[in-house]
Amino acid sequence: MTGHRNPTRRRAVGAAVAATALSLVVVATAPLTASAAVGRKSTTTAADPYANTDLHAPAATLTGAGSTFDQPFFTRAFYVYHQTDPGLTVNYASIGSGGGIAQFQAGTVNFGATDVPMVATDLAKDTGGPALQVPIDLGGVAISYHLPGVGSALHLTPSVLAAIFLGNITMWNNSALKKLNPKINLPNQPITVVHRSDGSGTSYIFSNYLSDVSPTWLSKVGTGKSLNWPVGIGEKGNEGVAGFISGTPYTIGYVELAYALQNNFPAAWLLNKRGNYVKPTFDSVAAAAASKPNLSATNFPIVNSNGANAYPISGYSWVLVYQQQKDATTGTALVDVLDWLSHAGQKPAKALGYVPLPPNIQQLARTTLLKVVGPDGTVLLKK
Amino acid sequence: MSSSPSVPRSGTATGVRRVLAVSDRTYRGGLGIAATLFVILLIAFVTSLAIKASPAFAHFGIGFITGTTWDPVHAHLGALTFIVGTLETTLIAMVLAVPIGIGTALMLSHLAPLRLRMALGTAVELLAAVPSVVYGLWGLLVVAPWVRVHVDPFIAALFGHTSIVGGAQLGIGLLLAGIVLFVMVLPTMVAISRDVLAAVPTEVIEAALALGATRWAVLRRVVVPTARTGILGASTLAMGRALGETIAVTMVIGNTDRIPSSLFAPAQTMASVIANEFTEATEPYHLSALIAVAVILLAVAVLVNVVARLLVRSVSRQQSAVGIGVL
Repeated sequence: MTGHRNPTRRRAVGAAVAATALSLVVVATAPLTASAAVGRKSTTTAADPYANTDLHAPAATLTGAGSTFDQPFFTRAFYVYHQTDPGLTVNYASIGSGGGIAQFQAGTVNFGATDVPMVATDLAKDTGGPALQVPIDLGGVAISYHLPGVGSALHLTPSVLAAIFLGNITMWNNSALKKLNPKINLPNQPITVVHRSDGSGTSYIFSNYLSDVSPTWLSKVGTGKSLNWPVGIGEKGNEGVAGFISGTPYTIGYVELAYALQNNFPAAWLLNKRGNYVKPTFDSVAAAAASKPNLSATNFPIVNSNGANAYPISGYSWVLVYQQQKDATTGTALVDVLDWLSHAGQKPAKALGYVPLPPNIQQLARTTLLKVVGPDGTVLLKK
Repeated sequence: MSSSPSVPRSGTATGVRRVLAVSDRTYRGGLGIAATLFVILLIAFVTSLAIKASPAFAHFGIGFITGTTWDPVHAHLGALTFIVGTLETTLIAMVLAVPIGIGTALMLSHLAPLRLRMALGTAVELLAAVPSVVYGLWGLLVVAPWVRVHVDPFIAALFGHTSIVGGAQLGIGLLLAGIVLFVMVLPTMVAISRDVLAAVPTEVIEAALALGATRWAVLRRVVVPTARTGILGASTLAMGRALGETIAVTMVIGNTDRIPSSLFAPAQTMASVIANEFTEATEPYHLSALIAVAVILLAVAVLVNVVARLLVRSVSRQQSAVGIGVL
């Protein structure tokens, strides 16, 4: 039955192929003309046809994209939120802060998430008007190492840490290290520095700290998510760095606090600004955050902060939202879930190794969200 | 056919011809569209890459290809380090894969007993089906510690105090990346070489044997030379995989933006730097520079392919001119 019996159908198939081909070409060439042409159409509402019977709980699907740091927290928190409010589904794609910012600017997601706030010049590129940045979670960076038989006893000062990562201290039995750690039998072995190979907010916070404490680091390397590292090898992700450190003696590197806590990794004591040696813990990172109440998206670093018990390598992650929402229903759902995330939602954060936001920062998140308005200019958050 | 109502049971000859002509035309049109679509997709792909990369090329100029500093923070970006890293890892992989691959293929096609051939052949095909991330994990967790303890000191002792074996022996680095790539491209190399070696006509082999050639002489002077075009093709395909391999290399190369000073030193390839950095490339020129690296990688791959094709052509011409009787 392979006959040539239906030429019209053939032709129809041919036309369909042609149409598909054409649309594929359009898709393929679209990004090079203007990605904004894709448009803001992701504000899908009313996914559930029965949800509209209850006007107070309109069904909505929100999409977000960005930071991989936030991903475990968001996945857990949005799941918890969905249990209490089944009308709302939040899809979060952890494509990295850079990707999140790009998607947000193109208007293809309802919110973006980034480990480092956007600067004003980048905010100006947004297609959807002025954007707001909301602090959403808090983390620290632990200095981890592999010295057989030492445990979590290593003590470091900012200048020694910078010297190690600059390649100026290359041996474990260097006199400066010996002086800080008289009780440890430091081996006569070269130090292998391990850093992140992928662009990451963890690297940003860590380099931000080193830039703050070391003028040499500031001028030579600087602060960023991807750096021109003077020494060491790169491993992908916290798991890559941690895995290499645990498998290779005489290494030192930095991992996210959550990762270090969950895996019970050795973490060095670090001398803070007030002259106290501090270990990275929930409390010491929270102390660092609390010592900077006047946080804003333009004045956001909390590294090397002034608290007596503050751990000096800490930082926030941020969520990006447009100040004027195109759709009141979606916008309301968005500010509601973000307000919950920055308050009650911090509980699941702690279980996952994130440091809960201090009360004053929770308040800052709320005052920022109160600036979000609907298409007609009314404030969407009812708090 | 006769049961179908839409086709005239005994249509006139012209009617049938017309139906045939229309369906032929439609068929050709459909295929034409498919073929054109392919070309258009390729052009669209290259053009969009080039456009996205142009800010970096325009800003850094030739320095982007000759520069060795990769400093996204200060927007000082040169990709030579990665070009060298890609070429060096590929070189190590091919130096290992070509002789071992040809040897295995000869064994499988001419020497091993039939039952062993089939078992080994299946094993090779299975190796080709292993996803690259699995090779990467295996390289990082199993091979790296082993290389650090056993292979690195051995090679260091072998090459004495030459500079190519200096520096810390960490297991991961240029050498391990080359070794993992070698394992990854070996199945491609073996499978294709085996098929072309097996395709060498029996008469040619029998003729050589009849002239008194030993088994070794037959393989070396008849079988391999006859199949060399195909072997070159196999090497080209294998090299293509080695040049572009991303995730497995990223996991074992050490990801350091410096031209490696020794076999043990960590390095970075074009594919690995893109995979590492594009998700968080928010600094000025950073994303554009990464796409520019992709353009260079594409160009290198095309160049290698063209060179290999020219080589194959010249070899096959030589072969037909000289003939295969090089006994």
